Amino acid sequence: MKPKKTDKIGITKLKKKNEFLYFALRNNKVKVGLAIILFFLILTFVGPLFTDYVWDDYIGPFGHPPSSKYWFGTTTFGQDVYTQFVFGLKAALLVGIIGGGLGTLIGVIVGFNAGYRGGMVDEVLNIITNIVLVIPTFAILLIIAAYLKVRGIMTESIFIGFTAWPWAARAVRSQTFSLRSRDFVDLARVSGMKPLKIIFTEIAPNMMSYLLMVFILQFGGAILIAATLDFIGLGPTNTISLGLMMNYAVLWGALQLGMWWWFIPPGLAIVAIVGSLYIMNVGLDEIFSPKLREM
Amino acid sequence: MKRYFGRKLVIYIFTFFLAVTIDWLIPRFMPGNPVQTMLSRAAVHAEAVEVMYGYYTRAFGLDLPVWKQYLNFWNALFHGDLGTSVYMFPQPVIKIIMRAVPYDIFLLVPSILLSFYAGNKFGAFAARTRWLDNTVLLLGYILTATPYMWLGILLAWSLGIVAGIFPIAGAYSFTMAPSLSWAFIGNILKHWFLPFASLFLVGFGGWAIGMRNMIIYELESDYSHYLEALGAPRKLVRRYAFRNAILPQITGLALQLGIIFGGALVTEIVFSYPGIGYLILAAIQNKDYFLLQGCFLFIIIGVLLANFVIDVVYVIVDPRTRLGMVGGAA
Repeated sequence: MKPKKTDKIGITKLKKKNEFLYFALRNNKVKVGLAIILFFLILTFVGPLFTDYVWDDYIGPFGHPPSSKYWFGTTTFGQDVYTQFVFGLKAALLVGIIGGGLGTLIGVIVGFNAGYRGGMVDEVLNIITNIVLVIPTFAILLIIAAYLKVRGIMTESIFIGFTAWPWAARAVRSQTFSLRSRDFVDLARVSGMKPLKIIFTEIAPNMMSYLLMVFILQFGGAILIAATLDFIGLGPTNTISLGLMMNYAVLWGALQLGMWWWFIPPGLAIVAIVGSLYIMNVGLDEIFSPKLREM
Repeated sequence: MKRYFGRKLVIYIFTFFLAVTIDWLIPRFMPGNPVQTMLSRAAVHAEAVEVMYGYYTRAFGLDLPVWKQYLNFWNALFHGDLGTSVYMFPQPVIKIIMRAVPYDIFLLVPSILLSFYAGNKFGAFAARTRWLDNTVLLLGYILTATPYMWLGILLAWSLGIVAGIFPIAGAYSFTMAPSLSWAFIGNILKHWFLPFASLFLVGFGGWAIGMRNMIIYELESDYSHYLEALGAPRKLVRRYAFRNAILPQITGLALQLGIIFGGALVTEIVFSYPGIGYLILAAIQNKDYFLLQGCFLFIIIGVLLANFVIDVVYVIVDPRTRLGMVGGAA
């Protein structure tokens, strides 16, 4: 249990355990991506401490450019852009975690079942996947929006989770399909293991790295979708988000007035977060499949 | 191949049926009396309200049983009757949409095809070429992580307002009358360029990255190593890898369609480009449910048609689907 440093077997065990960490820390893509994500994560928690206002406080002069007092300037109505930015950042990360997490979860459940059980289950799940893929989800959101006059980040995240899973389901399905006929799965099957247990104890552990990457992509995708929804005005109504900031900026003529400090930060943050997620994803891919590593 | 298309057809019909049903639900599921809500938003004369109220109650058939309302909706649909717009009363919805559709096609088809072609070519070229891989492809990641409207806003602000090279609103200058003159065509292209560029650039980044990752997998597979061992030139190996790597990319295009259409929607809003996206925003703001219904119907048809085209292309590109073998996972 306690590997001693002098112990030969212990050393190899230690190496094996830290192999992932070893390659992860050598991989620049993972390092850079992770650093940027961490930066924004810290900013989300620390950022609000540097402002005395809430996002909808009208505090300063109208349309003031960035200065030492208003770090990111103010909007046409005199709201502090920095305050809106840090609050919006929190919204974006929440949507990513909840929406992306839910999307991954549904995709994984559908993908595992379709891929492992095959046959009729596969056919039916396949049809459902295709339908969700093709239906314009805006239409459904519109009906929801009419009913829920007050919508929060939660509503939006859940909606995104329930509509963004199809590609994850497909990806997991094809992976499961290829694992299904492996010897160790066959062995589990003849030994009388239940399908659900096979999925969770035999197949899932072999796909952990893949699932992590699916989650990362869903995370980034959810943030982008949320930005789009917010921009059309179907996003949250009781809070600010990065997409809403851009929406207001365009609606209230920030472009024509040259108020770049209003619309640059929210977009830049989205690009930085989602971009570093994608880059991290490729880095992880290189770590998990040694073939791809550039020597 | 028959089986492949047969299954696809079933899915398409089923999806169309379901999507149209949801479309039918839009005004009816709204809280309160849809006709009243709709008319209270549209500021018109008192006598016009009365006429419109009568018309919409009859058009919605709200006095009929639900199943009959539903059948009537399908019936009207096949007669090309999508009702009358409130926002642009008394124009029929179908006419308003038909005016917008050409702009969408003009914007979407070139941007999708060109970004797919250029992105894949570039991604295949950049893979495993060290300096390209590490520098230029970074740009690809940034582009594919960019929200469509933000790129649109940036382009509109930098090239449109600061540099003043491109106009940032509308499909052509209001001072010009549509005609077949060179000046007008030039004007249209000038207005088209920025929305096109934002759609193209985001797409380009995504395809380039996707292709780069795919081709690296292919270059590491057994057949590539075998070819290399035989002494095949690099170019030949890459050509084989490309033909294999393009298949998941085509599937990816089908998966991305919804997002691309959504992207076109917000891009049109940024540039006030008079396509369906712009109409949808106007319809939402004015609670014009008929117009909204019509727009969604056209998006559904558009997505289904595009999916069908991709299916056909897939059969052409992947011979396995033609022979009824595996493949055909698209």
